[in-house]
Parts: sequence; C-alpha cells; structure tokens
Amino acid sequence: MDIKILTFIIVGASFLLYIGIAIWARAGSTNDFYVAGGGVHPIANGMATAADWMSAASFISMAGLISFMGYDGAVYLLGWTGGYVLLALCLAPYLRKFGKFTVPDFIGDRYYSQTARTVAVVCAIFVCFTYVAGQMRGVGVVFSRFLEVDIVTGVVIGMAIVFFYTVLGGMKGITYTQVAQYCVLIFAYLVPAVFISILMTGHVLPQTGFGATLADGSGIYLLEKLDGLSLELGFNEYTSGTKGMFDVFCITAALMVGTAGLPHVIVRFFTVPKVRDARYSAGWALLFIAILYTTAPSLASFARVNMIETINGTEQTGTNYSEAPSWIKNWEKTGLISWEDKNGDGKMFYAGDERNEMKVDRDIMVLANPEIANLPAWVIALVAAGGVAAALSTSAGLLLVISTSVSHDLLKRNLMPNITDRQELFYARLAAAVAICIAGYFGINPPGFVAQVVAFAFGLAASSFFPAIIMGIFFKKMNNKGAVAGMLAGIGFTAVYIIYFKFVNPAANVPENWLFSVSPEGIGTIGMLINFIVAYVVYKMTNEAPEEIQQLVEDIRYPKGAGEATAH
Amino acid sequence: MAFKTEEDKVAYWKDNISLVLKLLAVWFVVSFGCGILFVDVLNNIQFFGFKLGFWFAQQGAIYMFVVLIFVYVYKMNAIDKHYGVDEE
Repeated sequence: MDIKILTFIIVGASFLLYIGIAIWARAGSTNDFYVAGGGVHPIANGMATAADWMSAASFISMAGLISFMGYDGAVYLLGWTGGYVLLALCLAPYLRKFGKFTVPDFIGDRYYSQTARTVAVVCAIFVCFTYVAGQMRGVGVVFSRFLEVDIVTGVVIGMAIVFFYTVLGGMKGITYTQVAQYCVLIFAYLVPAVFISILMTGHVLPQTGFGATLADGSGIYLLEKLDGLSLELGFNEYTSGTKGMFDVFCITAALMVGTAGLPHVIVRFFTVPKVRDARYSAGWALLFIAILYTTAPSLASFARVNMIETINGTEQTGTNYSEAPSWIKNWEKTGLISWEDKNGDGKMFYAGDERNEMKVDRDIMVLANPEIANLPAWVIALVAAGGVAAALSTSAGLLLVISTSVSHDLLKRNLMPNITDRQELFYARLAAAVAICIAGYFGINPPGFVAQVVAFAFGLAASSFFPAIIMGIFFKKMNNKGAVAGMLAGIGFTAVYIIYFKFVNPAANVPENWLFSVSPEGIGTIGMLINFIVAYVVYKMTNEAPEEIQQLVEDIRYPKGAGEATAH
Repeated sequence: MAFKTEEDKVAYWKDNISLVLKLLAVWFVVSFGCGILFVDVLNNIQFFGFKLGFWFAQQGAIYMFVVLIFVYVYKMNAIDKHYGVDEE
C-alpha cells in the first residue's frame, strides 16, 4: 500500500477517535466548558497537559533544530521542561486553591483592580494568538506533504476539526481528547526513534543509544563520530555550542519562566479536584513530557549522522544525484530541500563551508527521519498522525483560553456583567469560532518564521504574568499599582526589544547590538527582572494591599478547604 | 481558621518556603549550573559515550526535574498532614 493511502487511514482513524470522544464528553455548563467540572484524575490531567504543551514545534521542529544546533539545542530542552518545576513548586497548588477559571481572574481579584484584569486579558489573548498561528501552519505542512494537497487545503481541514471539538466539547471534551492525542503522539514519536536506535546502536532505548557505540563494529561512540564528522565538514563540534554563555543562560531562563507563565498551561491545574492533585498533575505532566524531550536529542543526533551519510556517502565523497534516495526527491517537491551542483561533478555534498551544495530545512528532520532511515511506510504515516495530534491538541487548548478570556474575563467580568450562563457559553463558542478563522488566516499567511513568533509568546508571558503571579502568592503586601506598573513595564520593554530586532530592523540583529549581549529570544528574562523591580519600587511609594486581600493571600497558602473552581 | 494556632500558621509557611528553596537550589544547580555555567569543566569528564556537561544539558537535568516534582509532592503532603491542613 502506498504512503498516501496509509496516511489517510491512520490519520483518519485517529480523527474518528478524537471526534467520538468530543461527542461523548460534550459540555453542558460553563463549568464543564471552562474547567471540565473540576473532576479529572491527575494522571489523565497530566497526559492532557503534556499534549496541550507539546505543540507542532516540539513534535515536528525541535529535534530538527537540535540536530542543526548541537549543544545549543539544550536551551529548548532545559527551558521547556524546567519551567514545570517552577510551575509545580511555586504556582500550581496556590492557583488551584484560589479556585477561579482563568489567569486574568486571579490577577484581577488578587490585585483588586479592573485595570490589572484587563492588562492580563490582553496579554493572555496576545500570547495565545502568536502561539496558535504556528500550530495551524504545522497541520498544513503535514497534510500538504502526506496527502499531496496544497497548504491552504491542509490548513482548512485542520481548522474544521479543531472547530468541531473545541466549540462543542469545551474543556471537558478537550481534556479527554488530549489524553488520546498524547497517546497517539508519543507512540508516533517513539516508534521511529526506537527503530533507528536499534539500527544504529543496537540499543532499544534511544536515551541510552545516544551515548552508545555504533553498531557497525567500529567501536566508536555515536557522539564521537558526530563530533568528528562535524569538524571535518566545517561545522562546530556537535557537543559544543556557538552561542555566548550568558545568552544561553537568558534564553533558557526566558523559556522556563515563559512556560510557567503560559495561560493555557496554568489553566490545566484548575481542572483537578484537589490541591494535592494539582501538585501530582504537574509531576505526571512533566514525566510524560520528559519521555519525548529525552528522546528528541537522541533522535537529533541519529538523524544528523544518517543525513550526512546518505548525502555525502560513507566515504564522505558525495553521492551521485541520479542515485539520490527517494526522500530527497519527495521533499524537493515541497521546496524544503534543494541541491545546487556548484562544482559540476553531479554529486551531492553537504558541509558547513564553501563545499556545501545542499539546502536542508530544519523543520523536515522529524517528518523525513523515518524515510531517511528506510523504515516501513506505516511508520511514516504514523509520524504524520502524531504531528497532527500535537498541533491539534495545542491549538484546542489555546483557543479555549482565547474564548474564555473574551467571554468570561472581558464580557462577564468587565463589559456585560449581567449576561446569563447560557449567553456566556454562547459568546465563548462564538469567540472560539472567530479565533479559529483568524488563526487559520495566519496559518495560510504566516507572519515570518514560526520559531520567531513562538519566541515572542514566551518572552511576553515571562515578562508579564510570571512576576505578577509570583508576587501575588509570595508577597502578600504587593498592591495593585505595583503589579500593573510592573506588568506594563516588563511586557512593554520585551515587546519593543523583540519587535525592533525581529521586525523593524532585522539587519541589526547581531550580538554586537544586543543589550548585555542577550538575543531577542532571551530578553524575556531581562523583562521579567524589570517587572519585579518596577513593581517593588512603585509598591514602596504607595500603600500596601488592603487587609482583606492579605487575608485572601494567606488563605491560598494552604490546601484545606479548596472547593471546586467557581466563577464567582 | 484552618490552623490550630497563629504560630502553626507561621511555622507551616516557613517549612513550605524552606522546602521550595532547597528544591529550587537543586533545580538551579543541575540545569543552569551543570548544563550551562560549568559545562566546559564537566565536559572533560567522560560519562559512557557522553561528555558529562553535554549529558546534563540534554538528558540529566530533565530526569532530575521529574524527580524534584515528585519529591516536592511527597514532602509537601507530609507537611500538610503534620499541620492538619490537608484535604480529606
């Protein structure tokens, strides 16, 4: 059977599963829609959080990025997992005890201020939108390659599916759908990784195969070989980095803190019955995420060696283009790989210096990996299903935050306080529908690279929400003026820095021009510090928070008496 | 009032903070310490087929993160029980 039919069957079957679950768990009330009625088991919630968290960027792009960045890829690995420690230890249990639906709800109530609530709503919508556009693009790329349709059709199919179960199911539907999506995506990620690990090193676990000797009998360690190949071809040593240490530090910190501040991740911890469950949930979520995140760097190194050897040949003399393997021809059609025969010898050659004749897009590594390693067609179809699952689950979670921010935080709590439960639910669904259309538009016409946009989302979350929430819990005297000033200063500084270097004047985006040699990807860390400092200074100049607010903060500090999350 | 006395309330929060700070110290050392700041020093040590610093940055720190959260859950539940503020 050819790959197209197999992809159709496997992706189709996974869709039927998701839609079936969405219908089974249809939301009946605003409570179901927003937080699944607070009744989800911690392990299920952990899986759903993991699926929510691992987006098309984690599934499709990350291993590819690491494979080209080597050691520097650690910023993503550490950043996108380490944030869960902050979340579990400093945020999740307290926010669960607080017992409201959304992050702007917490900020608005804790800082007894509509201004704070509105600032938080705008930040939340902005962060989620920048993130969701990339997901739609991811679905489009997968469909256009494997179903051989154009990218617009691919995006439209994705929009229809997301619309169906976000709008009908709400959080309850999404939670159980995401459990299924986690299973699909992790299976799809591990199968090719295990196959390739066995082929290359004889180890079943990619995590140990990563540090093992090659199975070709040479007795050389995989990484040693990769370092040697990289140097020979004019790249940096794979296990050393090229970025400055302080920059690596700041990018990692921004991604960690951004993770802990992302509204669609935080809202997950409102869906469990107890504070104790919120703590467990974060642990399970990270465990499920770690399975993929420790496989990714192994996959990256396997893919790198495989790719170099298939293009350059085992003797490093180049392979005749006429004998190029089918994956090169397939991906050439999408324009993501190209070959230019500079020296006219009819052979392909890949290198880091002037000998290079190949252009290889980083984003294709995971999708092309099974083809490069000559794995059976069903594995390739499975990877397509996994990529779609990753993109859909994240889009659904983000869309839910956008719709609740609009209907609950903006309309109910701000503009139209008298609407009924039913009307609120209607507006939530309407907002989700509008958001999907806008996201679809950006999926078809992406504003620059997906990775740039995603870095933006993290920087903004790190510099706005994280300090406000941390001070809200651990510093009970912090007042409304301090928090609002801090959020505005942090997000303002970060946004200006990123917009300047990424969109206004990209030519100036070199280390010499950076503030403290921190790249736009890492500037969220500085924005976060500015937020803390400004908030503290303004607090010192104004009155401390009123007595009843300080009482409220003391109440969220211990678990006893946590009820279900409520709206009022 | 969930706590028996005002002193209990203060002591509970102090225990909580000290646990979190200890765990965050480990968090910082394995990720930012071993994986970034001291990576070059640790890279002189061979750990199976890895350089040790590289292993911390791309594998080891992630395992530690998972362990840290479960240690936190376990210890924190015990503290809650000790002060009688756990959920039934």
